[in-house]
Amino acid sequence: MKNKTKTIKPYTKQSFITYGILIAAFAVTLILVETGSISFMLQSLLVPLCVYAILAVSLNLTVGILGELSLGQAGFMCIGAYTGALFSILMQEAIPESAIRFPLALLIGGVCAAIFGILIGIPVLRLRGDYLAMVTLAFGEIIKNICGALYLGKDSEGFHASLDSASDMGLAPDGKVLINGALGLNGTPKDSTFIIAFIALFITVIIAYNFVNSRTGRAVMSIRDNRIAAESIGLNITKYKLITFGLTAFLAGVAGVIYSHNFATLQAVKFDYNMSILILVFVVLGGIGSIRGSVIAAVVLTLIPELLRETIGQYRMLFYAVILIAMMLLTANTKFKSKLTAYMSKLKGLVVKEKKGEVK
Amino acid sequence: MALLEINDLCVNYGMITALKGISFEVNEGEVIALIGANGAGKTTTLHALTGLIPAKSGSIKLNGKELTKVPAHKIVEMGMAHVPEGRRIFQHLSVLDNLKLGAYTRKDKANIEKDMQMVYERFPRLAERKNQIAGTLSGGEQQMLAMGRALMSNPKIIVMDEPSMGLSPILVSEIFDIITSIRKDGTTVLLVEQNAKKALAIADRAYVLETGNIVLSGNASDLIKDESIKKAYLGE
Repeated sequence: MKNKTKTIKPYTKQSFITYGILIAAFAVTLILVETGSISFMLQSLLVPLCVYAILAVSLNLTVGILGELSLGQAGFMCIGAYTGALFSILMQEAIPESAIRFPLALLIGGVCAAIFGILIGIPVLRLRGDYLAMVTLAFGEIIKNICGALYLGKDSEGFHASLDSASDMGLAPDGKVLINGALGLNGTPKDSTFIIAFIALFITVIIAYNFVNSRTGRAVMSIRDNRIAAESIGLNITKYKLITFGLTAFLAGVAGVIYSHNFATLQAVKFDYNMSILILVFVVLGGIGSIRGSVIAAVVLTLIPELLRETIGQYRMLFYAVILIAMMLLTANTKFKSKLTAYMSKLKGLVVKEKKGEVK
Repeated sequence: MALLEINDLCVNYGMITALKGISFEVNEGEVIALIGANGAGKTTTLHALTGLIPAKSGSIKLNGKELTKVPAHKIVEMGMAHVPEGRRIFQHLSVLDNLKLGAYTRKDKANIEKDMQMVYERFPRLAERKNQIAGTLSGGEQQMLAMGRALMSNPKIIVMDEPSMGLSPILVSEIFDIITSIRKDGTTVLLVEQNAKKALAIADRAYVLETGNIVLSGNASDLIKDESIKKAYLGE
C-alpha cells in the first residue's frame, strides 16, 4: 500500500481529488434539480456558476502558473461571446441541430478569443507586473467598447458593417441587423444548459491540470520562478508566455460562448472591467496557482450574494464586502493559517484513528 | 581553432559602456578564470556570451559559429550552458523538475536519463532530495542544483558566474573540487570569480578584467605569483 501511494505523483492525486469533488457536486445538483428542491432562481445560476469557474481556472493559468497579472479576461470573454453568438444566429437555419451547432460555436468563440489573445500578447507580454496589468485592462476595455459600437448587418449582397449607426450600413430593405451597436445581439438560441456548461468546466479543469503537469507547464512555471535562469537553460520565453496567454484567452472565449447562449440578448456592457476584477478576486481568494481553489472560490463567491438576497435583501452587498475583506485578512494571517492547519491535521488524525478502529 | 573565441566585444547599458572591446579565447578542455573587482564587467561578459544581453559590436564564436545574433534559447542547444550568478534556481519546483528543465532543449531521452544519474552521482545530496522543493535547499545545495541543471544540457562548455558567492569556506572548497571533476570528464569551464586565489588554483589560464578592459592575462600559475595581482586581488 505504501509503495502504491509513492508511485502516484502528488499532482495526479490532487487532480483526481478535484475531479471527484466536481463529479460529486454535479451529481448532487442534478438530483436536487430533478427532485425540485432548488429554487428557480438558484437553478438559473447554475450556468453562470460554471462560466465563472471556467474563467477563474483559465485566468489562474496566467496569474498563478505564468505569474503575470492580466486584467483583460472580460475582453476575451466578450470576443468569445460575440463570435459564438453570431455564428449560432447565422447558422440557425443551416444547422438546426443544436447538439452540433453549439459545440461548433464553442470552438469558434474559443479560437477567435485565442487569436486575439495571441495578437495582443505579442506586444503586451514584453511588459511585466503592474504595467502588464494596466495594458491588459486597457485592451479589455477597448474590445468591450468596439463591440459596443459595432453595427453588423446582412442582406442579399453580403455583410455590412459600421461603427456609427445602423442606417449607416446601407443595408438593403430585405437585410437583417445582426449586431445593433450598444443594444448588442438579439435572438441567440438558448443552447446553454447546466450539463453542457458543467462538461465544459470539467474539460477546462482537465486541461488546466494536464497543462501544469506537462513539459510545457514546467517551462512556464520556471519562467515564473526565475526569468534569467529560464532563459539561460534555453527556453524561448516569449513562446511559452504566448502559449499560456493564448490558452487563457481560448478558455475565456469558450466561457463567453456559454454565457451568451444563456440569454436571448447580449450586450457588450456586461464585459466591463468589473467582470475582470471579479474573476481576479476568485483567483486570488481561491489561492493563486490552485485550480481547485479557483473553482471553489468562483462557486462560493457567486452564490453568497444571491443567497444573501433572499435573507437580507438590500444589505447583501455590504455583507458580501465584509466577507471578502474577512477572507482576505484570514488567508493572509499566518497565525490563523497555522491554527487552521493544526486543526485540520487533528481532524485527519481522528479520521485515521477511526479507520484503524474499524479495521480491528 | 579555439572552442570559444571572443573578439573586440563591446557591450553598453544605455549610455554606460560596460565592456570596451575585450578579446580572449577558451580552448577545449581548459578551465579559464575571469577575475576582477566589482563592476569590472565579469558578469556582463558572461551575459553577452549566452545572449542574455545584446553585444554592441565585436564577435563571439563557438566552434567557429557566430553567436552575437543568436537568441539566448538557441545558444544552449549549440553547447554552451550558463550557471547564473546568485543560484537562480526555480524555487517553487522540485529538484527533479529543476534538473529535467536543464535538459529541456534535448530530445534524446535515454541519454537524458544517463546524465541524470551522472548528476546524482556527482551531487549525492541532490539525489537524496530529488522530490524536495528547490527553494527549501541550503545555499550550497542550491548552487549544486544550478550546476547540475546546467550539466543536464550536456554542454561542451559551461560558464559559471560566481559559484562560490555566499558559501562557507568548506562548501567553497567542495564547489571548486566539483569544477575540477567536471573538467576531468571533458567539459570546458569558463569561470568568473571574486575568490581569485581559489580560481587561480584550479584554472589553466586566467584573464584579469578592470573597468571593461582586459589588463592582464597568462597562465594561472604565473598570475598567482604576480605582484600586482597579489596586491589587488589576493590581499597579500
